[in-house]
Amino acid sequence: MEADNATVVVAREVTRRYGEGETAVDALRGVSVEVPRGKLTAVMGPSGSGKSTLMHILAGLDKPTSGSVAIAGKEITTLSDSDLTKLRREHIGFVFQFFNLLPMLDAGENITLPLSIAGEKPDPGYYDQLVAAVGLGDRLSHRPAELSGGQQQRVAIARALVSRPDVVFADEPTGNLDSHTGHEILELLRHSVEQLGQTIVMVTHEARAAAIADRVLYLADGLIVRELAGATQHEINEAMEEIAQA
Amino acid sequence: MIRLALEGLLTRKLRTALTALAIVLGVAMISGTYVLTDSIDSAFDQIFTDIREGSSVVVSGRSAFDLSEGSGVTEPTLDEPLLDEVRGLPGVAEAEGGVDNDSTSLIGDDGKAIVYGGAPNLGFSIAKGDSPFNPLRLVEGSWPGPEEVVIDSGVADKEDFAIGDEIGVQVEGPVERLRISGIVEFGSDLSIGGATLAGFDLPTAQRLFDKEGRLDEIAVAAAPGVSDEQLLTEIRAILPPSAQALSGQAQAREDAAETNEFISFLRGFLLAFAGIALFVGAFVIANSLSITIAQRTREFATLRTLGASRRQVLRSIVVEALVVGAVASVLGLFLGLALATGLFELFEAVGFTLPNTGLTFETRTAVVALLVGILVTLLASLRPALRATRVPPIAAVREGATLPPGRLARFRGIGAPLTAIAGFAALLYGLFGSGLGTTQILVWMGLGALLIFLGVALFSSRLIRPLVGLLGWPSTRLGGAAGLLARDNARRNPERTASTAAALMIGLALVTLVATLAAGIVDSFKGAVNDLWKGSATDYALTAQNNFSPIPIEAADEVAATPGVTAVMNVRTGEVRAFGNVIFATAVNPPAQDMIIVDWKEGSQQVFADLGRDGALVDDGYADDHRLSIGSPVELTFPSGETRAFRVEGIFDPPTGGSPFGRVTISQEAWDEEVERPRNLYSFVDIEGGESEQSRATLERALADFPNAKVSTRDEFIDNQISGLSSILNILYVLLALSILVSLFGIVNTLVLTVFERTREIGMLRAIGMTRRQVRRMIRHESVITSLIGAAIGIVLGLVLGALLIARVDFIDFSFPTAQVVVFAFAAILVGVLAAIFPARRAARLNPLEALHYE
Repeated sequence: MEADNATVVVAREVTRRYGEGETAVDALRGVSVEVPRGKLTAVMGPSGSGKSTLMHILAGLDKPTSGSVAIAGKEITTLSDSDLTKLRREHIGFVFQFFNLLPMLDAGENITLPLSIAGEKPDPGYYDQLVAAVGLGDRLSHRPAELSGGQQQRVAIARALVSRPDVVFADEPTGNLDSHTGHEILELLRHSVEQLGQTIVMVTHEARAAAIADRVLYLADGLIVRELAGATQHEINEAMEEIAQA
Repeated sequence: MIRLALEGLLTRKLRTALTALAIVLGVAMISGTYVLTDSIDSAFDQIFTDIREGSSVVVSGRSAFDLSEGSGVTEPTLDEPLLDEVRGLPGVAEAEGGVDNDSTSLIGDDGKAIVYGGAPNLGFSIAKGDSPFNPLRLVEGSWPGPEEVVIDSGVADKEDFAIGDEIGVQVEGPVERLRISGIVEFGSDLSIGGATLAGFDLPTAQRLFDKEGRLDEIAVAAAPGVSDEQLLTEIRAILPPSAQALSGQAQAREDAAETNEFISFLRGFLLAFAGIALFVGAFVIANSLSITIAQRTREFATLRTLGASRRQVLRSIVVEALVVGAVASVLGLFLGLALATGLFELFEAVGFTLPNTGLTFETRTAVVALLVGILVTLLASLRPALRATRVPPIAAVREGATLPPGRLARFRGIGAPLTAIAGFAALLYGLFGSGLGTTQILVWMGLGALLIFLGVALFSSRLIRPLVGLLGWPSTRLGGAAGLLARDNARRNPERTASTAAALMIGLALVTLVATLAAGIVDSFKGAVNDLWKGSATDYALTAQNNFSPIPIEAADEVAATPGVTAVMNVRTGEVRAFGNVIFATAVNPPAQDMIIVDWKEGSQQVFADLGRDGALVDDGYADDHRLSIGSPVELTFPSGETRAFRVEGIFDPPTGGSPFGRVTISQEAWDEEVERPRNLYSFVDIEGGESEQSRATLERALADFPNAKVSTRDEFIDNQISGLSSILNILYVLLALSILVSLFGIVNTLVLTVFERTREIGMLRAIGMTRRQVRRMIRHESVITSLIGAAIGIVLGLVLGALLIARVDFIDFSFPTAQVVVFAFAAILVGVLAAIFPARRAARLNPLEALHYE
């Protein structure tokens, strides 16, 4: 596939159908998208629009019914489960709405978990930089239960970045946080794009969150219906309302 | 609420089924035991009733006291002329005399005795084929004439004998070859287990059994119109004091007495193992329910907010347990039938064939199995159910609400050690308390063990953290990140890991206990034999093929008469009565002086040669019990009723591994004067040239006509004596394996529930790059760590219990069962690996998308 270095994820004509026959639901009805390297792309849309499905497919967690997806130049829709797992391990990071930290590991161990699973050691320089970036220097030996929600999400973001993936997928990363903490997390995501050169795809339904994105994609009924670049929170809200009325 | 409980069960099918399995197996063992023992019981009943069917009255020799089967001495016989006297009585229609012998070996074409799994080899006279006293049916051929034999169809089929063939028969004397005149079976179509039958005409039987002019029994049929009671009175009037008469039914009951004792022993023995399996099952159930209830905290809270009372919550869980218990018990009941068949085969496989006339299923079996199964389930569910009632309604709306601790939780810290201490106290009282009967000892020991297991199980949650650190270390080395996570998971919920491991702990503690006792017995026995033979002239030992049955003395006499044999020491054995108790006594001949070296407290080796006709020697324990010293009188009553006075000439200190003699030992000379057809327990042989292939060949040639006798070197003798123990050990291990199997299901259950609980976590791990193989490895290592914890605690506990028991028993020294402990540790790892297969596969199949789904 035509994968230049400036595009990390390329999806072509992706459809996803759940179920069969009369009860079948088309979650995606032909979506093509390119995720540029070093940018933060937000995916928005009302619930049921297919935005979560799109993210799952782009991240190799779900398979499309038709169409193709390539990550870092590699077609992933035909990969076996173990190859996909390896691909996720090497090229993809995740940030979840509910943090999903392991309660019995301390913050530091949670951060390096993807490396331990891959049987690798963290690069000390990068690790320290990362820990400093997420602002957890004094909390590394705490267990998740001893951390606030915001701190837990910082650990989760560090975990997503620790293997220096080609792309990080964030699923409603502020959905479970109060607005102040949510704001800090958004700043951290923005910071990791600008300072660490990361590529992030963020699914959200909050205009405030989407406002930090370089580009916003709107999904409705399984199709991309609009795209904005460098939009403000206000513009994003307007676009949302227009789509809802359409 | 009750419908809710039932629907809940259906939606949690897998978990319910896994929980139920724990009870199914225990109940199956109970019902299997009853079916097995009832079946054996009815088979034997039928045999004994059949044998006495035609007899109104049976006259037999009266022993001075009750003798046990195979003790080496037999009931006194009757004078043959008594038969004519009986026949002369007016109430008698018909009377016949007979002799029997329950070690009548039939010899196969290979020259070896035909024995099926330790079952008896019955020999008897058949006066007349058409006599009403004959329980046998002729399948083929004719009834035996002089110097002929009839054999049972089992032997004929299996060993390929036909009418007209010659077959070797060996009873008291050397092998003789007799012509087979017919093939017989019991009248009613029943299997006689592995027993072999050999029937002869009366004179032939009397000669073979060394009972010329003697009768063992007279079977009498009453004349028309004469009742059994009248006949009994008539006969009793003419009997000498050494004879007794019983009605046919009473005689059948007496014939069955020893078998019945054996069957009730077997029943109790197997039920004990069923009890252990159920006890382990109770742990599994309590644990599974605790986990499910913890996972359903929010559900209970929601019910409470909707207005359900605590009592209703309790009732719904109890109903759930009741249904699971009932279904599991019914399944177990039927599985028991299959198990009974399996047990028949198991006993056969370890060389112990039982008679079988088909499975007997009594109402009692169903009642007991169902009641026990349901009750155990209910009891096990109580604690988790009570905890569920403590869930506050507010938990319905709180994220991550957990189950509040039970009301008794705060007493656990002190309660657990107290329970264990109480258990040890009960055990020690049972072991060392004075004046306790056997039943009391067993009850106290059982109670003690129960409390110890409970206490240790409750307490062990405190040991989990350090133990996981220690036993999880190999996992962290071998398993990479998966191993590390497995270790952390294992200590995440110490209480859960502890109670899962506790189930396995019980099984392993008991297996280790058995192994410790066995190692102690084996080592002590070896030590004893080596002590006795150290510096002695003994080169070979002479025993029965099965190593323990007393053998006819002609075999040893034949050896003694063989050129090259310097000396043969015989040890005769049998029961006598002394100081009001029936004891095992032995008799030795003078060569013992040089061939068995004992540790004398009073006297010397010379005593063996100087016992004479009234000398006796005793062990120091017996001397203490009856305050005997040199010169003390000892009166022995023999089965014939004769009482003879002996004088203590020597007191010896038996080696720890057990005395080579009975409590009282006299000279062979005196013994043979008092005992009809004496038997040797074993003989020791001194031969020119010592142990060599040549001397062995000489002895084996001498014994060619005594296929039931066996020559063994010192080492072989020790091994042979111990081999009996290993059959028993194998039975114990197999029976205990059942409770280990139950605990294996317990681990499966916990893991399945845990995987379910950690769905999101496992999904996350998959999303961030954990392969399926790594997921499986993680679950497997957690399982193995849990098993190893159970093994570690169980093995230590088993060693402690074993050491305590050995401290109680004089003739065993403690010795560490190293090899067995290593095997058990590996077995525990295997249990862990097996238990993890199914849950690990489920975990690996989880979709990473699960991590992203809310709730």
